[in-house]
Amino acid sequence: MHIIETGNVAAALGVQLAKAQVVAAYPITPQTPLTEKLSELIELGEMDAEYIPVESEHSALSVCIAASTTGARAFTATSANGLLYMHEQIHWAAGARLPIVMCVANRGVGAPWTIWNDHQDSISQRDTGWLQIYASDHQQIIDSVIKAFYLAEKINIPVMVCYDGYLLSHTYMPFEVPEQKKVDSFIPPLKSYYALNPDEPANLNTVTLPDVRPDIHGKTAHGYMELRYLLHEGMIHAIDELGKVEERFKEIFGRGDNPYIECYRCEDASFIAVSMGSLSYQLRDVVDQLREEGIKVGSAGMRLYRPFPDKAVVEALANVKGVIVFEKAISYGFCGPLYSDIKSAIYDNKNRPFVHNYILGLGGREIKTGDLSGALKNSCTENMSRTQEPGWIGLKI
Amino acid sequence: MNAKTTILNLPEEEFVHPGSRACSGCGLSIAYRIGLKAFGKKTLLVVPPSCLTVLQGLYPVAATKLSCINVTFASAGAAATGVLGALRAQKRDDITVAAWAGDGGTGDIGIQALSGAAERGENFVYVCYDNEGYMNTGVQRSGTTPFGAITTNTPIKGKQQEKKDVPAIMAAHGIGYVTTCSASYPLDLFDKIKKAKEISGTKYIHIHIPCPPGWGFDTKDTVKMGRLAVETGLFDLYEIIDGKFSLTGPSLKISEGKKQKLRPVKEYYNAQTRFSILDDSRIDYVQEQINRKWKEYFKK
Repeated sequence: MHIIETGNVAAALGVQLAKAQVVAAYPITPQTPLTEKLSELIELGEMDAEYIPVESEHSALSVCIAASTTGARAFTATSANGLLYMHEQIHWAAGARLPIVMCVANRGVGAPWTIWNDHQDSISQRDTGWLQIYASDHQQIIDSVIKAFYLAEKINIPVMVCYDGYLLSHTYMPFEVPEQKKVDSFIPPLKSYYALNPDEPANLNTVTLPDVRPDIHGKTAHGYMELRYLLHEGMIHAIDELGKVEERFKEIFGRGDNPYIECYRCEDASFIAVSMGSLSYQLRDVVDQLREEGIKVGSAGMRLYRPFPDKAVVEALANVKGVIVFEKAISYGFCGPLYSDIKSAIYDNKNRPFVHNYILGLGGREIKTGDLSGALKNSCTENMSRTQEPGWIGLKI
Repeated sequence: MNAKTTILNLPEEEFVHPGSRACSGCGLSIAYRIGLKAFGKKTLLVVPPSCLTVLQGLYPVAATKLSCINVTFASAGAAATGVLGALRAQKRDDITVAAWAGDGGTGDIGIQALSGAAERGENFVYVCYDNEGYMNTGVQRSGTTPFGAITTNTPIKGKQQEKKDVPAIMAAHGIGYVTTCSASYPLDLFDKIKKAKEISGTKYIHIHIPCPPGWGFDTKDTVKMGRLAVETGLFDLYEIIDGKFSLTGPSLKISEGKKQKLRPVKEYYNAQTRFSILDDSRIDYVQEQINRKWKEYFKK
C-alpha cells in the first residue's frame, strides 16, 4: 500500500511491522512524532507492545538494554542532546551485544541550542560499536528500520537508523508500506542467544579482567580485550551480512539498492560528490545541472557509515579524478569525519583521486542548490589541488 | 501477615556462594545472603555498580546464584523497568524483579531513574543498601553520609551536611510500601522483603549497612554497630504502608517501652573513627534532635 506520510511516521510503521515488543522513549524534537505515533498504535491495540514513557533518554536506552537482555525486541528513538545523554548506554548496549534498534532524527547539538538538522549527533556516536545506517527518503526509512531489526538480531549488534530531522522527519512523501505477511516472513521471531531467566542463572556484565581467566570447569573465558576484538570482528562481518540482508529484502519486497553507497550517474563520472542523508538527493539535481554543462559528475550517498564499507567505497570511487565530500558534521580542529574516512579508504588506490571537503548545513543552515553547484563546479574544474582545508558553504563570517 | 520468621524456619537454600569478594565483616554480605533467601529462586536481579558488584565476583565466576544483570550506575530503576517490560511482553507474571543498589546508586546518581520508575508504579522491589558512602571507590562522601563523618573527600573537617532522607523521598512518591531495615536484624529484613514481594507496584526497602573499613571499627563489631544505630535512635526501623507510618521490630519495642531505653548517641559516635573529630556540642545537638523525634514516637 502506498501512503503519503512523514518520515517519522514511516519509521513508526516500520517499528510496528517489525513487531517491536518494548518501546521506551523520551520526548525530543524532531524525534517526538515518531514515538507519539508508536504510543498511539500501542494504545489503540494495533501494536502488541509495551510503551514505557521514561523520564530521560539515559533511561530509555536502559529500559531497552534490560528488555533486550530479558529476551524482548526493543526499540527507542531520539535526537541531538538526547542521543548524547544516552552515550554511556550506547556503548553499553553494543558491549553487551544486544540487538536493539534506535532511530535518530538527526539534529545539531548544543550549546547553543538548535533544533534544526545536521549530523553532529549521530556522527559523535561513531565509535560506540553500533551500526549506523543513513536514509535519504521515506521509503529508505521504513525499509531500513525493518532491515535493521533483522540484521541486529542476526549479528547481535545494535543498529542506528539515522535520517535528517525536519528535512525527512517532518516532510510528507509517498512511500510503500510493506505487507505485514511479508515482513513476518522477513523477520523471524526473536531468538535470543541468552535471555535472562530464573531457570538458567547467569550474572551478566560482571567485572572482567585484563587477561583471560578459567571458569569453574577449567575452560578459558574471554578477558575484556577478547570481547572487544569480537565486537570489532562482528562489525567487520556486518558489512557482508548487510549485503545478504539487502538481497533477501529484494527477493521478498522487490526493491533494493547498494546498501553501502548509493550512486547516481557515477558510471562514467570523473568526479563524485559524496554525502549522507537527504543531501545526496539534493546533490542529484546539482549533478543533472552540471552534466548539462558537460561536467562528468555523479552523486554518491553513504547508506552505511559504521562499519565503514571501505571496499564498496573504493569500488565506487576507483576510477575518478576527484571526490568531493559534503558534510553536515565536523571533527573540530581537523576536518569532516567522512572526508577523513574516505581518504583513509582510498589511500592504497593506484590512481588516487583528489579529495575535497565542504562543511555545510550546520544547525539547519539552508543549503542552497546554487551554492552546492558552485562549490562542486569549482572543485571539478578549477581548484583541483590535492590538499585543501575544508571549505565552508554558506558561512557568513 | 504470617508469623515472624525465626532462625529455625529460615529457608536453608543459599543463593550467595561462600567465598564472595566482600571485605571481612561486611554488613552487605549478611543482608544480601538473607535478602536473597527472601526473594527466592524466581527472581531476576538488577545491580548497578557498588560494593555488590565486587562482592558478586569477577567474570567468569559469580557469587550469586540468581540471574542478575549488572547495569550502569544511574540506571537501576530504568533497567528494572526494562526487565519488567520484557516479562510482560512475554506474558510472564510469575517472576519477581528486584534492583539492589548502594546508597549513592540510589539517592545520588540513581535517583532520577528510581523516581521515574516509582512515579510509573513499576512492579518491582527496590533495595537500597546504605553503607553511608561511596565505599567501593574508597570511602567518599555520599548524600547519605551522616554529618561530621570523615571520608576520603571530607578528610579534615568531616561532612558538613546532614544525611539525605531517601526513604522519605520515596514515601513522597506515594508508593505502597517503604521500609527501613538493618543488616543487624536480618530476620526483620527477611520478613519485610517477603511482605514487599506480595504488594503490587513499586516497593522501596532501605537497609542500614555497617561498613568496618568505611566507618572505622573492628570487623567483629558489624552486627553490634548496626544494632547500636537502632538502639540509639539514630536509624529507625519502620514501615510506611499506603502512607501510614509505623515503627517496627526493635524500634517499635523501644517506643513501647518493652525494650531498654534509648542508648546515648555518644556510644555510637565514639565507637567509630569516622566521627573522631565530632565535638561534644555537636553530639549534644544530635542527642537533642533524637530526643525530640522520639518524644513524638512515644506519643504514638
